[in-house]
Amino acid sequence: MLLEVEDLHVEFRTRDGVARVLNGVGYHVSAGETVAVLGESGSGKSVTAQAIMGILDTPPAFVTRGSVRFRGEELLTASPERRRAIRAEGVAMIFQDALSALNPVFTVGFQIEEQLRLRRGMSRADARARAIELLDLVRIPAARQRVREYPHQFSGGMRQRAMIAMALALDPEVLIADEPTTALDVTVQAQIMDLLAEVQRERRMGLVLITHDLGVVAEVADRIVVMYAGRIVEQADAVSLFRAPGHPYTAALMRSLPRLDAKGAALETIRGLPPSLLRIPSGCPFHPRCPRAEDVCAARVPPDVPLGPGRSSACHFAEEVVGG
Amino acid sequence: MGELLEVRDLVKHFPVTRGVAFRRTVGRVRAVDGVSFSLRAGETLGVVGESGCGKSTLAQVLMRLEPPTSGTALFEGEPVFSLRGAALRRWRRDMQIVLQDPYTSLNPRMTVGDIVGEPFEIHPEVAPRGSRAGRVRELLDVVGLNPEHINRYPHQFSGGQRQRIGIARALALRPKVIVCDEPVSALDVSIQAQVMNLLAELQGEFGLAYVFIAHDLSVVRHLSDRVAVMYLGKIVEIGTEEEIYEHPTHPYTQALLSAVPVADPTLRGRRDVIRLTGDVPSPLTPPTGCRFRTRCWKAQDVCATDEPALLTRIGTHPSACHFAEERHII
Amino acid sequence: MTDQLATTLVAERPRGLFGDAWHALRRRPLFWVSVSLIGLVLLMAAFPGLFSSADPNAADLSRSRGAPSARAWFGYDNQGYDVYARVVHGARASIVVGLLSTLGVVLVGATIGMLAGFYGGRLDAVVSRIADVFVGVPFVLGAIVILTTLNAGGDAGPARIVAQVVLSISVLSWPVAMRIMRSTAIAAKQQDYVKAARALGASSRRIIGKHLLPNCVAPVLVYSTIALGAFIGAEATLSYLGIGLRQPVVSWGVMINSAKDYLRVAPHALLFPAGFLTATVLAFVMLGDAVREALDPKLR
Repeated sequence: MLLEVEDLHVEFRTRDGVARVLNGVGYHVSAGETVAVLGESGSGKSVTAQAIMGILDTPPAFVTRGSVRFRGEELLTASPERRRAIRAEGVAMIFQDALSALNPVFTVGFQIEEQLRLRRGMSRADARARAIELLDLVRIPAARQRVREYPHQFSGGMRQRAMIAMALALDPEVLIADEPTTALDVTVQAQIMDLLAEVQRERRMGLVLITHDLGVVAEVADRIVVMYAGRIVEQADAVSLFRAPGHPYTAALMRSLPRLDAKGAALETIRGLPPSLLRIPSGCPFHPRCPRAEDVCAARVPPDVPLGPGRSSACHFAEEVVGG
Repeated sequence: MGELLEVRDLVKHFPVTRGVAFRRTVGRVRAVDGVSFSLRAGETLGVVGESGCGKSTLAQVLMRLEPPTSGTALFEGEPVFSLRGAALRRWRRDMQIVLQDPYTSLNPRMTVGDIVGEPFEIHPEVAPRGSRAGRVRELLDVVGLNPEHINRYPHQFSGGQRQRIGIARALALRPKVIVCDEPVSALDVSIQAQVMNLLAELQGEFGLAYVFIAHDLSVVRHLSDRVAVMYLGKIVEIGTEEEIYEHPTHPYTQALLSAVPVADPTLRGRRDVIRLTGDVPSPLTPPTGCRFRTRCWKAQDVCATDEPALLTRIGTHPSACHFAEERHII
Repeated sequence: MTDQLATTLVAERPRGLFGDAWHALRRRPLFWVSVSLIGLVLLMAAFPGLFSSADPNAADLSRSRGAPSARAWFGYDNQGYDVYARVVHGARASIVVGLLSTLGVVLVGATIGMLAGFYGGRLDAVVSRIADVFVGVPFVLGAIVILTTLNAGGDAGPARIVAQVVLSISVLSWPVAMRIMRSTAIAAKQQDYVKAARALGASSRRIIGKHLLPNCVAPVLVYSTIALGAFIGAEATLSYLGIGLRQPVVSWGVMINSAKDYLRVAPHALLFPAGFLTATVLAFVMLGDAVREALDPKLR
């Protein structure tokens, strides 16, 4: 196993109180595997990634409990130098907004070369050659010229490619992609997803894909982790999850999606709103919105109910839900 | 049902200027470049396209927020772009807009009551002063908000609730048409469904016609009776929802449909994959002839020289491609 | 994600922007220090009798340059005026000049800025160029030119003297307020709620009054607080140079001017008004800073 997150708790201490953003999150990624982390805004999917990378701003964010291990090595207690090393070569991350993730005053080439020279001790010329190779790899046309251009001279899709090239520069074993295509048009999104899938396959990387888009998840994920209010409510392989969701939230989410292949009647909706993280409901956090909630749901936090190999659901009635 | 709105050859170019004291025009962004369509009472026309295709500019021009460069629009037979003064104000009651961003579309300094009541202040003839508070409460109730929250400020509501406030404001004057400019794209999946259902309900209840602009093809299909696909300022294909989604004939429509990820992992590797290369060209210098030819796998010499007209070449609906051909994608 | 989280958290609180700002201000000691100082000076300006019963215009050469004592806390100046009484009474002129100049600058500047920002185009181009011209004139030079021209008229009453100083400060400073208002108006006018109002058929007047103004006041408010302090300082500068306020008007600047020649023999006559001046200017600048931080959550 390359990357393991266990029982991660993160809180944001704000002047309005403590927001419990993560409440015991755990998932793992192996080499060559794509894990999709699915959730709506406020579910904690991005905060988990930032905690893994050690790039949360403290304050307001505090990791209060849990463990993040890369190849068995604990990261949360590692020295800042060690974390930086792992961040560069073990686990890399790409972001939704490539324009703000790239430094506007340096050329795209320079930003790739800098890492190579710093971390790999490459000469200027070697680093330049490698940067061109990387831009080529992510299919940036005329890489030899574009390596000298600045981020603002790139289109949205090209910037996303450049960021991927940058993340791949030090051959990371795990790539975390945080909503990498959300800001892109659908035809460009398809190109970028194809590219990510291909790079992941060729390098046998572990890929953590953070997204809110069920379609993207269905197209690329091996396993899916569904998050709600800072918890994992369901984990399953892609095919079984889409065939028979094991948590009422996942099921409701799927039914609320308009379809491309048929014009349906009214969409099913999830009543109410996601909870405020300052006041997460007692018991199962989804119970106030859940169509099948009973008294026990408000009283007790549901355990992870195993539903077959690699599958679990945090619902008191998981077996009934998955059975339909 | 007759035509409510008829748009002919609508063009909107934005001049690009240089210099401060002596402005000179160095180019024109061809945001909307010859768009024609009609809208019947009570129907929904979906408009899909990627960023830069001109769909939002189209909304601005239709709402007369921006003057058109040329072209006409007839609303119930009356030319819209020449309306002035009282006639323009009267027409505005018939056509309203719901905007995309629930955070910037409501004035943060006004209470919900003031926001939803503003249409009555601007058009006092619609509701006598004394009845306005009641009308506002009624509207909040219609869009599924608690009428007691009339004195709250926008920031006390979630994104979905704010979008409902925007819908209530658009609904206040009982318009015949509402232009919805990406009304659900800023919302989470579970909230998006609530707002889409609301829009569908209101349409039935008030007999509204929608021009529904969005980039999400599934959302557009769900709400639309007819669909127009836009690319670089032009409609490339227009037809009923069934014609566009089940029998697309323009290569761009086909590529667009193929690019949408489908929430069914069992279809992996079994779908017809069309991958376009590159990005959308700049509307400042669109390609000659067919604007799609630079990304099209069917492009031939004629595409660079002759601009294909939006005509019914095969099948039952018009498509702007010299080599229009049906291809089943989904 | 952090942003989205922040918005969900913000959505919790039932307060408006100003309620929010007040909440933040209340906890800042700096805010309270500056507010008490300003309160004290305002009280002095309004009711000097509360602080001193001595006549500020009673000159007695026999007590010229008398040192601070129990009878005259701040001593006497060269003419034998009671420095304490004059500092107290001088607050009024300084504050009045500061307030009126700020009012003039903000009213003129903000109005022009709002119109230029809202209508844009040719109006904006013309107004902005005019503003550039005024910004290009060095303040002191400009004030000297204006005031010497106006003063050439001969003897003037206190009201006219004050009005001249206010006028010159306003004429030279309005472009700053104008630029601030113009840029906030341009930003606000592109917001979707303005589009929605226009789609409803709202008149320009309504859009400016109901939608733009309430959303544009914050930066101008911050500027005017700091400007008030700066204008009190400007009054002192002009008075020190002998072209601003002058006898029979009493102000801190006038006092500094008349004490400057005797600095070595009677430093108290200069230090006390200068101290009050500095403290007042500082208080307004601190208040402006505190208000800006409170209104702009990004700085927090």
